[in-house]
Order: sequence, then structure tokens, then C-alpha cells
Amino acid sequence: MYSQALNERIEGPRIVEDPGKLAAFQARIDAEERIEPNDWMPEAYRRTLIRQISQHAHSEVVGMLPEGNWITRAPSLRRKAALLAKVQDEGGHGLYLYAAAETLGVSREELYEQLLAGKAKYSSIFNYPTLTWADIGCIGWLVDGAAIMNQIPLCRTSYGPYARAMIRICKEESFHQRQGYEIMLTLCRGTPEQKAMAQDALNRWWWPSLMMFGPPDSESQHTEQSMRWKIKRFTNDELRQKFVDATVPQGLYLGLTFPDPELRFDEATGHWRFGKIDWEEFKRVLAGHGPCNRERLAARRKAHEEGAWVREAALAHAAKKRARERAQRIAAE
Amino acid sequence: MAEAKMPLWEVFIRSRTGLAHRHVGSVHAADAEMALQAARDTYTRRGEGLSIWVVPSAAITASDPAEKGPLFEPTASKIYRHPSFYEIPEEVGHM
Repeated sequence: MYSQALNERIEGPRIVEDPGKLAAFQARIDAEERIEPNDWMPEAYRRTLIRQISQHAHSEVVGMLPEGNWITRAPSLRRKAALLAKVQDEGGHGLYLYAAAETLGVSREELYEQLLAGKAKYSSIFNYPTLTWADIGCIGWLVDGAAIMNQIPLCRTSYGPYARAMIRICKEESFHQRQGYEIMLTLCRGTPEQKAMAQDALNRWWWPSLMMFGPPDSESQHTEQSMRWKIKRFTNDELRQKFVDATVPQGLYLGLTFPDPELRFDEATGHWRFGKIDWEEFKRVLAGHGPCNRERLAARRKAHEEGAWVREAALAHAAKKRARERAQRIAAE
Repeated sequence: MAEAKMPLWEVFIRSRTGLAHRHVGSVHAADAEMALQAARDTYTRRGEGLSIWVVPSAAITASDPAEKGPLFEPTASKIYRHPSFYEIPEEVGHM
């Protein structure tokens, strides 16, 4: 999901790069060559990628929480099995992405530390609560739908390990979106109460889903460099419009209404025009003041701390086994 | 106190009989057995494989991409290694 990271200023000392190397690097990018881990790359390219890939990884991992909340309360075994598989996929996606970030010379432990210390960001969407079962439908349909819109162009991003991770992720996300839409469809064809539940969830998730694409192009000053490096291939507003165009007809098919009185189809351009997004809310949530920011981080910290003895025991067991094998080898010689 | 780091393993998967194992990514695990299990859970959730290899990442020696010019140069000049270098009269037919 989560190209939100592309809009931030890159911190750290300014590094003056060799103009010759920079030109050669840009020429490779322009020729659509993929950049691989041991290739020369500008420091700012490396930092942008570390930040983006790790925030993407954190989003996958934190993204397990709002849905994990419903695993034990899924309405049927079929739904429960699907939700479990989906949440497991998100964990897997986090791992592919941490591995891709590690190829840039940062360790998973460091990245995880940044997340737990509250220094790293993750997608704003996961700071909203999942109040009813219909929220699980909306997350699959809208949140994963928005993620796919963002991620498909990332399959062609210029950094090889990131692009390869995205290809795997995109293949798997399609199931996520379809299972979400199926939940919505079932609710909308159910009792009036079930349909009302679906409508309520759409009302709450629609605007935060549009915010997932990040600030408008007019305020997104770093898009340009990321586009030049082909890390990013479409602007935030382009992707948002694609998402709205794809999603509105799906919602209308469900017989639901969107919480936007200005939403209308523009015959001339073939696009759905939507109302103004509340960017103040977006900024508040990103800054840590969304409904669930504290709860999400507290849950990750708890999981990490309570798992510490397992990691320690696994390493101790491995060391003991190696020592035993060494002793046996020496005895046999 | 900083935690000890989990060793890194590279994962290779044979997707079908008759194909070679192919690099798919990496996992962190305390030992080889756990690396295999983590690789299975991470990279084969949808029947992607029939066989997995895990190799400690530190055990891999890689060539330097910056040296690829001199490293692979000898092959570029040896066009006589390709069948199209040799002229065979058409009457002889396909060879």
C-alpha cells in the first residue's frame, strides 16, 4: 500500500555525489535497467528506498492487527479460514519487504526497532478501528483495492529486489480484495440490518481509503525526484483517480451509496469526480493522533517483547546443536 | 540490551520436477531446520514448490557487478564458440 512514504523529506547529511556516476546511474534508469543491491546508487536513492520499503513492510505487519481482531469472531468457518490465510499473507508480505530493504544495507532488527520506537511510519489507514464484521469486508475491498492500485506500478519500480517482492505481493493481494468484496456482497444481499452494517462500514472507510494514496500532487514535493528515478511511476492523484473510477461502480453494484454528496460521473472525461478530502484528518492520523495509533504500537511492542524468549531460546538451541555436532566430529576423527 | 541477530538464509525453490532450484528470497532463522520451515511458510503458501534449499547468506561468494566488464570480457571476443560462425553449404541441409 502505502506510497505515502514517497512524499517525505529525506533526512541525514547532504551528500555530494560524483556527477559522472550520477549521470551514468540516471542513464541506466532511463534505459529501464533494474538497479541491483551491489550496484552503485546515489545515497538519496538508497535512503528513499529504505524508507519506502520499510514503511511498506511496517504497514503489512501493523495491517495484521485490525483484521486479526476478527479472526475469532468470523461468522463462519469459511470466512475464518479465508481471514486467517489473508492475515498470514500480510505477515509474509512484511517479510518479503523487510528482506528487500535489507539488501540496501540495513538490518531487519534496526527497522523493527524504528517501528517499535515510534520513529517509523506506516500507512495511516491502519489507525482506524474495525468495529463490525462489515469492516473486514471493507478492508479487503477498499484498503486492499487501493493497495493493489498502488502496488501494480511498483512491480516495475527501478530497484530489482523491491520490484520482485511486489510481483509476489500483487499476485496474492487479488484474493484479498475479492474475499472482501464477497463479504460486502453477502451482507448487501442479506437482511436490512446486514445491509445497513455494510453501508456504515463504507461510510467510515471510504475517505480514509482515498487518503491512502497520500497528499495531493500540488503538495507532494518529492514526487518529482521519485518519478525521475522511476521508484514511483504514477502520481498520488493519478492513482487515486484510477481507484475511484474502478471502485465506484463496484459500490453501486452492491446497492450502497458513497459518503460524498459531490461524487458524480463526468461524461466528458469518463471519470468519477469526488469531493474534497479532509487533509487535516490525514495529517492528524499520520502524526500519531488517529483513533488507534497508540493501541497498534502497543500491540506490536507486546508481541515483540513477549516473543523475545522464543528468539533467544531458538538461538541458544542452535548454538548448542552446533557445539554438539562439532564435538561429535572431533571425536570421530 | 540489543538482541542477538537472527542469521540470514537465502532460499531456493524447485517449482516443478525437471526445473532447477531458483533463488526466491531470504529468511531469518536460528538454524537450518527453522530456516526451512520459515521458507516454506513464507515462499510456498500456494503450492509454489516441490523442494526447498536454504543456504546461509554468509556462505555465498558473489562476483562484483562493477567488475563485470573484465570478468566476462573473454566470452565477447570468442564468436567461434557459436554455431553461426561456421558456414555450411545449403545443399548439406540442416545441421
